[in-house]
Amino acid sequence: MIWLERLLAIAAKEARQLARDRITFGMIIGVPILQMLLFGYAINFDVRDVDAVVLDQSRTSLSRQLVGDLQATQVIRVVHQAGSERELRQLMRSGQARVGIVVAADLERRLFEGGRPAVQLLVDGSQPSLENLAQGLRDMPVLRRAGAGAGAVASFEIRTEYNPSRRTAVQIVPALVGTILSMTMVIFTSGAIVRERERGNLELLITTPVTRGQLLAGKLLPYVAIGLIQTTLILLVGAALFGVPLVGSLVDLYLGALVFIAAALALGLFISTIAQTQFQAFQMAFVTMLPSILLSGFMFPFEGMPAAAQAIAQVLPLTHFVEIIRGIVLRGATLAEMRAPLLKLLLFLLVMFALAVARFRKRLD
Amino acid sequence: MTLAISARSLARHFGAVVAVDGIDLDVPRAQIYGFLGPNGSGKSTTIRMLCGLLVPTRGTATVLGHPVPREAETVRRKLGYMTQRFSLWDDLSVTENLEFMCRVYGLDRTARRRQTEDRIRTYDLGSFSDQRAGTLSGGQRQRLALAAATLHDPELLLLDEPTSGVDPQNRRDFWESLFALVSRGTTILVSTHYMDEAERCHRLAILDRGRIAAEGEPKQLARSLDATVIEIECADLTAVRRALAGMPAVRSMAQLGNRLHVLMRRDAVNPQDELRALLAGQGIEAAVERVGATLEDVFVAAIQLRDQPQAGAERAA
Repeated sequence: MIWLERLLAIAAKEARQLARDRITFGMIIGVPILQMLLFGYAINFDVRDVDAVVLDQSRTSLSRQLVGDLQATQVIRVVHQAGSERELRQLMRSGQARVGIVVAADLERRLFEGGRPAVQLLVDGSQPSLENLAQGLRDMPVLRRAGAGAGAVASFEIRTEYNPSRRTAVQIVPALVGTILSMTMVIFTSGAIVRERERGNLELLITTPVTRGQLLAGKLLPYVAIGLIQTTLILLVGAALFGVPLVGSLVDLYLGALVFIAAALALGLFISTIAQTQFQAFQMAFVTMLPSILLSGFMFPFEGMPAAAQAIAQVLPLTHFVEIIRGIVLRGATLAEMRAPLLKLLLFLLVMFALAVARFRKRLD
Repeated sequence: MTLAISARSLARHFGAVVAVDGIDLDVPRAQIYGFLGPNGSGKSTTIRMLCGLLVPTRGTATVLGHPVPREAETVRRKLGYMTQRFSLWDDLSVTENLEFMCRVYGLDRTARRRQTEDRIRTYDLGSFSDQRAGTLSGGQRQRLALAAATLHDPELLLLDEPTSGVDPQNRRDFWESLFALVSRGTTILVSTHYMDEAERCHRLAILDRGRIAAEGEPKQLARSLDATVIEIECADLTAVRRALAGMPAVRSMAQLGNRLHVLMRRDAVNPQDELRALLAGQGIEAAVERVGATLEDVFVAAIQLRDQPQAGAERAA
């Protein structure tokens, strides 16, 4: 098969060059691990030990017990006792405390009568995610226990499925596979064609009988392998360091990853048919990164976004892959159950590769 | 005699810039055909149009019997191309580069080994065959590039300034290799700005600003030069230049070392006596002699003619 032979010749050449480029090779291994550690340890939506200031106007054993209960949740940590509301405000404004707890002077009467709040929680709204924390604290039975006793039981019970301990790493790590892959894949391939153009190799290559499809597909092949290696690496590190489980089938996972890798590569290839220099290619690749990270549902819930942002997210391959991989890795879904996002990924792949081939000319003008 | 390349009114514009301005070209088979011209004269653009890398703005070209760029893919199988800049892979070894090019040209495993080994021997690449191409010297790279361009035994080789930046000994060896290829029936189109290389071509086109200023066999071009060449040897050539500057019969002057070549109009009677008298009258001591035209004179004449269009008009009248 001479057609395949040419494609493999290009792929083998590309792989050999990659293996000799030590910095790039190091990045293939280093970037995923570094990002894993950064995202895995630093990002935590599960807020703990927030600095708090207490203004206890009641100064009774009940009020002290109540503050103690709040602290026992480990959500807050009381670092200041304010003597006045003015002092409390000053501490919050300066950022020394993110949460203020004001216990009313007539705490016991308010609790007994009900109707009026006995404790006021002040939350620093300038910080993301702290608002949710306040919601959580309000619903805690702690604040009710001191009261009448009855009615302390909530009407709804909430259970977090697939991630019972509500650890952020479990949500982040599988999706991180997609984020890291789209970074490395898009950036590597966007440079692949442009680098040969800059070095003059392309002028020789396009004067040979190699077809456009052979050339482009051959260039993608080694990166597909790299993508699969990175996927494995991230999941292994995720399991070892953050205890991220793999509930679904490994085969489904790799098949899904394969489609996503190809889609990200096709996007990179398309970029490389537009960019004239490697620097331009890098910039363009970067432009696709930010919306991917912000809009894909990787960090912020997709459902909360305005319609326009959701529409953009639909075009991004990462959106669909985050859906697929969370489904397979955490919920134990099969690839067949994930066919809706999978088909969108396949569509993206086909359109991008076709655009890249159509734009790529075996000419210099 | 069949033609390897034939082009009519071939032109290429880049925006407002006219790189090639309507050239006619007939390159016979199994010969070395040279493009001689300064930088920007349209040599590379013409070669790129012939291998289908650039689409002509107007005009037609037929390469090995196929119209280009329409049948460029067919032509590319029978064509070897050596780009002006070294364009093999710096991070692959000599052998790896050759084997890769073999695969790209669709040679099977046995042919691949045979051709690679043969080219390594022919172009003397054996002593550094495992070395990365990026570490080779200029002459070694150029031998490697020629080896790569000939792996699939092409009928036609297009060489774009193959010897720029290569020392004289390596240039001579390189030309010996070209003649060896021609003797086996390969047609070679080579661009150069070296006069000695141009003289070695079977036929030659002098390109100037996108046009062919003169065309033919090098000897015949020199013989049919429409000017008389006078060589002046003198210690103070600047003074000679100044003295001759105003003479209507002088078409151009070019200095070669301590000699000055003066191209005079053909119709001047006894031009050497005229010059001798003129220089003596100004008290300049100089040896004046009539010599045969060299290719350099042809080149200078061809290019200067276009700088002074009134000279041409005068001649026509």
